[in-house]
Amino acid sequence: MLELDGINVAYGKAQVLRDVSLSVAPGEILCLLGRNGAGKTTTMKAIMGLLPLMSGRVVVNGTAVSDLPAHKVPAVGVGYVPQGRRLFGELTVAQNLEIGLRVRRGGPEVLDGVLALFPRLAERWSQRAQTLSGGEQQMLATARALCLQPSVLLLDEPTEGLQPSMIEAIRQVITVMRDRGVAVLLVEQRVDAVLSVADRVAFIENGRNLETLPAEALRADHAIVERHLGV
Amino acid sequence: MEIGPYLMLASLEGAVTAAVLALTAVGLSLVFGVMRVVNVAHGEFFMLGAVLAWWVTGLIGGHPALGFAMALVLVPVLVAGIAVAADMTILKRIAYDPERTIVATIGILYIIQQVTLMTYGPEARPVTPPFNTRLALPWVEFADGAPRLYWPWGLSTTSYKLGVIAAAGGVLVGVWALMARTRIGLLMRATQLDRDMALAFGIPVERVYALVFGIGAGLAALAAVLIVPIQQAHYLMGGDPLLLSFIVVIIGGLGSLPGTVLAAVLIGLSDGIISVFFSPTLAKILATLLVALVLVFRPQGLFGARPR
Repeated sequence: MLELDGINVAYGKAQVLRDVSLSVAPGEILCLLGRNGAGKTTTMKAIMGLLPLMSGRVVVNGTAVSDLPAHKVPAVGVGYVPQGRRLFGELTVAQNLEIGLRVRRGGPEVLDGVLALFPRLAERWSQRAQTLSGGEQQMLATARALCLQPSVLLLDEPTEGLQPSMIEAIRQVITVMRDRGVAVLLVEQRVDAVLSVADRVAFIENGRNLETLPAEALRADHAIVERHLGV
Repeated sequence: MEIGPYLMLASLEGAVTAAVLALTAVGLSLVFGVMRVVNVAHGEFFMLGAVLAWWVTGLIGGHPALGFAMALVLVPVLVAGIAVAADMTILKRIAYDPERTIVATIGILYIIQQVTLMTYGPEARPVTPPFNTRLALPWVEFADGAPRLYWPWGLSTTSYKLGVIAAAGGVLVGVWALMARTRIGLLMRATQLDRDMALAFGIPVERVYALVFGIGAGLAALAAVLIVPIQQAHYLMGGDPLLLSFIVVIIGGLGSLPGTVLAAVLIGLSDGIISVFFSPTLAKILATLLVALVLVFRPQGLFGARPR
């Protein structure tokens, strides 16, 4: 369970998020939609504690993670797949996953479970992360986050720049995680990709909440999306 | 006497310089690589190592080797402790901002230097080497068409100097093993590669920083303990190692440990050889010129990664 309660965030003097509130239930995919610069990535960074909150609270499974130092947030069970993957490029696949496992002291059974979702990574085991293809890097970034057995998973444009087969693979893993009861917060640019997986969609604009709707409503009436995004 | 024996002697002196320089520069490089800050006080941690080595060996009587062994173990830990305290009380408070860290470490430089002057005094003081046998070195000459070893007069080194080279080599292998083979080394490298992602995966970055700052200062102190039986301890001795370390780190590539070690060997050896055959000033001029050339033609250093 992830809850954002009226968070305000600024980069220096430029306020980016204004009273943003969201909640993602276990076993639910909430998709954050908005134009470029609306504050989607900022929201993710704020949840991870990488940006200080001016006010408001972030609560994960009853723990106010916004009161914790940033390095204690993932141990509560928040897995982060950042935009642009941000792998530890000079480290091997194995070492990247080891860093993920360390967070909550996951054993070999956790690793086996993750590798079952991404068998390709086992073949690349001792290869450096920066030598992987784009799709493999995205798999590794996702696997690294899954290694900490998250109850909340944040994915920031996980399908950006990938070929269709990879997009499908990532999409399937996201739905598997939802079915296992993980609360998934997804940022995605491509509306069709959103509508095929999301349970609910939250629109944000200029750092403020607009409406949050069930994905069903959007699938039924595409005009809503066009109204908010101007596409 | 022909030039060969001189060259060998100069190379050996250069190798001692290179060994000590490599340790000091690797400390500086580690701090820059992981923490992305420039530690101007690095030379003072070196000086502190030498002065504390004098103090520790003075406290312990008996055979010089006993006091020296104690200094070798205790002093780097003591200096690392001081550095960790400086990191947690000063650098952490200014959030490791690059510019402010330079100013702050200049402040630390003067504090350490002046406190040493007030307590230890302005004298240069020697430390007795733990072992110091004179070793005559052979050279080859051709007599009657067959090679033959002979011992030219004055061509010698000491067992201690060879010991310094060996010890520095051992410590460098240890640093490499720490970075490449241990869990804490993995966390240090992850922090170096991407600080925010390290935080997002539960790595206590501030503790890693304090540890790295301590290890960096400890390496400088260890280098100083090794050199102090040859060079004497003095409160102003930190300037040269700081300058040379910067030269080495820039040539080798900021944050690249293999590059740093290689550049230290290059600068140390050329410093020794040029000093013997020409003058120490020329050696410094050439080293500085090399830095200028590297900065113009290969700003990331010989082994540094290009910024992505």
